[in-house]
Amino acid sequence: MAAYRRDVALVVCFQVVQTLANLALPALNGDIIDRGVVTGDLGFIWRTGAIMLGFTAVQIVCNIVAVYYGARVAMAVGRDVRAAVFDAVQRFGAREMAQLGAPTLITRSTNDVQQVQLLLFMVLTLLVTAPIMAVGGVMMALREDVELSALLLVCVPALMVGIGMVIAQVRPVFAVMQQRLDTINGVMREQIMGIRVIRAFVKEEHETARFARANRDNMEIAIRAGKLMATMFPLVIGVMNVSVATATWIGGYRIGDGDLDVGTLVAFQNYLVQILMSVMMATFLLMLWPRAEVSAERIVQVLRTEPAIVPDPTARRRVLDQGRVDVIGASFAYPGAEEGVLHGVDLIARPGETTAIIGSTGSGKSTLLGLLPRLFDVTGGRVEIDGHDVRSLHPDDLWAAIGIVPQRPFLFSGTVASNLRYGRPDATDDELWEALAVAQARDFVERMPEGLDSPITQGGTNVSGGQRQRLAIARALVKRPPIYLFDDSFSALDFSTDAALRAALKPVTAAAAVIIVAQRVATIRNADRIVVLDVGEVVGCGSHDELMGTCDVYREIVLSQLGAEEAAR
Amino acid sequence: MSQQRERPAHGPAGRGMLAGAPPEKASDFRGTLRRVVRLLLVDRSLVWAVVAFGVVGTALSVVGPRILGHATDIVFTGYLNGQFESGASKAQIVAGLRAAGDDTQANLLASVDLRPGAGVDYTALGWVLAGVIALYVAASFLMWFQGRFTTVVVQRMVAGLRDQVEDKVHRLPISYFDRHERGDLLSRTTNDVDNIAQSFQQTISQLLTSALMIIGTLAMMLIISPWLSLVALLTIPAAIVITKAVTKRSQPQFIAQWGATGRINGHIEEVFTGHEVVKVFGRQAQAAAEFDRRNEALYASAFKAQFISGVIQPLMFFVSNLNYVLVAVIGVLRVLNGSLSIGEVQAFIQYSRQFSQPISQMAAMVNLLQSGIASAERVFALIDETEESADDPQAPFPQPVRGRVVFDDVTFSYDPDRPLIEHLDLVAEPGQTVAIVGPTGAGKTTLTNLVLRFYDLQGGTITLDGVDVADMDRRVLRDHFGVVLQDTWLFQGTIRDNIAYGADDATEEQIVRAAEAAHVDHFVRTLPDGYDSVIDDEGANISAGQRQLLTIARAFLANPSILVLDEATSSVDTRTEALVQQAMERLRSGRTSFVIAHRLSTIRDADHIVVMDGGRVVEQGTHTSLLESGGAYHRLYSAQFSAPVA
Repeated sequence: MAAYRRDVALVVCFQVVQTLANLALPALNGDIIDRGVVTGDLGFIWRTGAIMLGFTAVQIVCNIVAVYYGARVAMAVGRDVRAAVFDAVQRFGAREMAQLGAPTLITRSTNDVQQVQLLLFMVLTLLVTAPIMAVGGVMMALREDVELSALLLVCVPALMVGIGMVIAQVRPVFAVMQQRLDTINGVMREQIMGIRVIRAFVKEEHETARFARANRDNMEIAIRAGKLMATMFPLVIGVMNVSVATATWIGGYRIGDGDLDVGTLVAFQNYLVQILMSVMMATFLLMLWPRAEVSAERIVQVLRTEPAIVPDPTARRRVLDQGRVDVIGASFAYPGAEEGVLHGVDLIARPGETTAIIGSTGSGKSTLLGLLPRLFDVTGGRVEIDGHDVRSLHPDDLWAAIGIVPQRPFLFSGTVASNLRYGRPDATDDELWEALAVAQARDFVERMPEGLDSPITQGGTNVSGGQRQRLAIARALVKRPPIYLFDDSFSALDFSTDAALRAALKPVTAAAAVIIVAQRVATIRNADRIVVLDVGEVVGCGSHDELMGTCDVYREIVLSQLGAEEAAR
Repeated sequence: MSQQRERPAHGPAGRGMLAGAPPEKASDFRGTLRRVVRLLLVDRSLVWAVVAFGVVGTALSVVGPRILGHATDIVFTGYLNGQFESGASKAQIVAGLRAAGDDTQANLLASVDLRPGAGVDYTALGWVLAGVIALYVAASFLMWFQGRFTTVVVQRMVAGLRDQVEDKVHRLPISYFDRHERGDLLSRTTNDVDNIAQSFQQTISQLLTSALMIIGTLAMMLIISPWLSLVALLTIPAAIVITKAVTKRSQPQFIAQWGATGRINGHIEEVFTGHEVVKVFGRQAQAAAEFDRRNEALYASAFKAQFISGVIQPLMFFVSNLNYVLVAVIGVLRVLNGSLSIGEVQAFIQYSRQFSQPISQMAAMVNLLQSGIASAERVFALIDETEESADDPQAPFPQPVRGRVVFDDVTFSYDPDRPLIEHLDLVAEPGQTVAIVGPTGAGKTTLTNLVLRFYDLQGGTITLDGVDVADMDRRVLRDHFGVVLQDTWLFQGTIRDNIAYGADDATEEQIVRAAEAAHVDHFVRTLPDGYDSVIDDEGANISAGQRQLLTIARAFLANPSILVLDEATSSVDTRTEALVQQAMERLRSGRTSFVIAHRLSTIRDADHIVVMDGGRVVEQGTHTSLLESGGAYHRLYSAQFSAPVA
């Protein structure tokens, strides 16, 4: 807002001029009647009319300029707030994302900002004139008659109390309303994401009922808010009209007593109407106020949420190119969880070596990988890359060192190329094809009519699960980091593709540390080091051969996959 | 073929546009407005209540000032009474004044009910003012009721609109969601619908009151002078011309504004959903750059829309002042030629002020209305999208389902330029387990999409027990399937509700048994809230494997006639998988099952193995026969088990 001080000042200036011109108009109007129409002076009417139109012209120009700057400032502030919210969320970690949830963050970035922006626009284009009108009116009223003006001391506070009470009541209602909007957003988003499952399970009616409930809740609260807001306008008009009538009453007695002129009473009535009109104008804005205030609070809440994982401000920039990973006694527990996910886990990975992590479902494999790029921070022990604690590193350096293939191979809408260049925007087409070849994705991309420029839909729903996974692998390869993390990245690949991919991967990652989480023994059996994880603890570490001899859990896993086949041969 | 079956939508259907830059559709302001009004009229009695309260309220607020005028007159008369000695008659005083040559004063006094020396008639004043106050209070109450009813009408209308959008989501072909940004759809249900509510809430009663004021005032003006009324009426065409000229320029900006809101919502939704990937790939700068681009576009259109439409009111103000001068001039001319009295001109001028004010107010309301209409257009565009071909609930369906599924010469592709499945034949006998294997991208998942009728075929037929599935009611068809899709979607809710998703009437015991069969019971019990633990699709504290196990439990509980398992256990560790397999085998017995898997160990016992490649069936048979024939299956198999185990 501070950046727009000049524009706001301009808005105020033009609004003041505009309002003053506006205030002069009734006098000119009156002149036309009193001195033109009554006397039949056509020339006077033309002359005064010209002056009046001149004032009007000034007023219009000022008004338009004010609207121009007002719209510009309001929309620019809206734009900046939106950007600030987006930026704040970008800095969030997994924890804050889970805490607030994507649906509300989406609503806050658009809908809530919209409310604030609308109020600001109205304030700049309408509200500035209201106090000028009101103050002018009060001054004129006082000049006419001080005693009658005492009426203002009753009706203005009465209005303020009335409006204040409405606002106080409606505020919490709007707070709930914005929350319900979040729910609608959330349910709808879930439905679109799960559309196939919903249809497969024939749950359309169930979902429609669920949505209808959220919608009904929202409607009820919106009606409640609307009904409360509906009191505002009649309240103001009522107070205003009753005040004018009361002024006439009191004035009547005083005229009868000879204390007051009739002309003064009529003039006072006019000024009273003017004051109350400006109050009414302000009421229009006050109707936007409670919701905008709630929205502003919701926005501020996002802006003030401090990510639990923050980059070290004193972090020096450094190039992490060695590919040395040391996880030392790492423990991790989700906040509030009774039991930890990881307990004193050790893991090392060295350049040119492949480290594999295997273990049963829910044993903490993905969590362990997440510690490296600081998706989570350890609750005990530490994680080092190239000998530096990850918490002391600049996030850009840290992330530059890691190429990750997540378990859910999230692709973005765009093209094959735009997805592959995700980690390195300046990669050449040849480099992309190379990465695709290694990821065993070259064939199918080549078969696409537009090759690298083929469209990819949001989430990559227009390619098969296996293709998605291979594109995600290629995406990590294009980045050429010193550390690769494959989180169960070969699960959707058939075995021959898996084997070919791993063979092609070997030379490309020769100088890098590779950490693979996998279920299939075949995928990892040639790894230099295999870490066996069970319920968050390392129960074995070594080569395949060593573990076969020493680690029961590992042997069980191997036998569950190969035992039967071996027996069959 | 599928094209022909698709029901043509009424109204302009937005052509499928790729995410990114949908072309701005030419706007149909009036058509859209009419449609919104039709929706409002659904609540006919309430709408009438709004109109009735509006009419009476407006009438009272027009009458109010006139009665207050009487009060002023009483005070004024009383004041005049006080000027003269009591005892003198009115006629005497008037005559006296005329004699003194003060005609003006004489005329004035002649027109009032002069009772010299009587003073202000406080009783009359009290009655009149009490009446005025009562009237104003009544008017306020009427306005209040009108406001309340308006809220109800508008909110019901938009809630209905939201329901329509949601309902539409379930009737759109799946391919629609492949082509559109999720966030844009969301924006239509929240931001646009909300905007419609806001703008109509504010405009409805205003427009109504303004229109009534115009009519009332016009009637009064016509009584005084039809000639002058003609002059005053010039304001209306001027208002229309101005409003049209401005809205022609601002309407596209409003449409752009709400389109841009949808697009920025689309980007935000995508980036927030892929938050983790954006982060670890250091793509925050690029995501922010794209955000800035869309944000800037939103800013530009919002600014232009507000500014251009904001010009209407000042312009109308000018017109109204110009009209004022014209009425004054012509009025005086009429006075000079003796066809009007000065008093009448004065009154007329007051009315013409009262007349132009609601007109300019209406013009200003158009601004808000435009914004709402722009949003309504986006919502209607979604509602008018071409739907899936309609289902016939009376459609034939085999009873009971034996489970013979036949693919006959099936041809399908998502994209006409990229043939995917061509002339595929496949037979699954009742109770058989059919395994589908083949390299990634061979079209395996597509087969499940087709048998569930997520997409319509481009050639050939799929039959269930001899009935073409294309002729069946989709919901009846799907009801007989139990599926575990690659997409392990769970909704936000308790684990219990998620498992019971396919079986509403499942008992606690059945839920637990399904979880036990899927070997996820133990994990659930370790959670602090057990089966009441709330999970969602993005929950970080549940692993991909556990998620799959939950979706398996969900399919178990659905107790279907036909089972489709698409990579059901790909993220599950192999020891657990082996245990789940046993449960699955029990489930599969007696049911036709389609199993897609990469781990060949999980399908070697299948009754029938189909090897697919490039959208065709290249081989089929049993595990043993396929191994013996030494073809594609053999190659896949040996790749999997080539490395000797130590």
